Amino acid sequence: MDVKETTEQAVTTVYLAGELDHHNAAPLRERVDDTVQKRHPKLLVLDFSGITFMDSSGIGFVMGRYKLMLSMGGRLQVRGASPRMEKVMRLAGLERLPIWSGKDEVQ
Amino acid sequence: MKTMNEMRLVFASRSANEGFARSAVSAFVAQLDPAVDELADLRTAVSEAVTNCIVHAYKDTIGDIFINVQLFENGRVMVRVRDRGCGIPDVKKALEPLYTTGGEDRSGLGFSVMESFMDTMKVRSTVGKGTTVTMEKYIRIRRRRDDAL
Repeated sequence: MDVKETTEQAVTTVYLAGELDHHNAAPLRERVDDTVQKRHPKLLVLDFSGITFMDSSGIGFVMGRYKLMLSMGGRLQVRGASPRMEKVMRLAGLERLPIWSGKDEVQ
Repeated sequence: MKTMNEMRLVFASRSANEGFARSAVSAFVAQLDPAVDELADLRTAVSEAVTNCIVHAYKDTIGDIFINVQLFENGRVMVRVRDRGCGIPDVKKALEPLYTTGGEDRSGLGFSVMESFMDTMKVRSTVGKGTTVTMEKYIRIRRRRDDAL
């Protein structure tokens, strides 16, 4: 999975790309968690606009990063999820978490 | 209703095959000319069923995963995903949303996704013998092939 990231003033943004399934979630989780441990951002932004497929593995991925950021005193923001990804995330009740940014917020 | 076409697929329970499985099913079902959303629903459901085989049925081993897809004239698609893995001791419990034995980062929503993205879903399982998930989806027939001629 192709991932790019930027960190500016305690905000780390990870641009996810490709297919987020169980196979790809494991290396992605390691990569993101490694970045968080190294940079200690106050805000971690996961940008889903490059994701072309996501199943329930994406839910576990988001929930895990949400808990990690909380445990480190920071917070998580999710943006760029397609309506289809939002449908999957809604099954887990993720729309109730304070992680959605602006117009991408799950309705 | 008469079967229009059928395919069978056997592959190893390696996670790299999750993408292959959903792409293969999606490529086969494409002949019904489904809408993009319908195909995406199928891809997601197949991905969940195959991931269950890899994560749960063949937890510490590699085994065969069998997929059978049947297409019917009325647009019905039947997908059967079968394994010869450990089986599920309590299917009712396994179907409960958020229930998982898969550890952290598994949401326990695989069956919920299959149920909401497909029209029907049934699970049959025998401990020590394996599990079969049978799912159906009705594809809206938008244009009959002979009308297009």
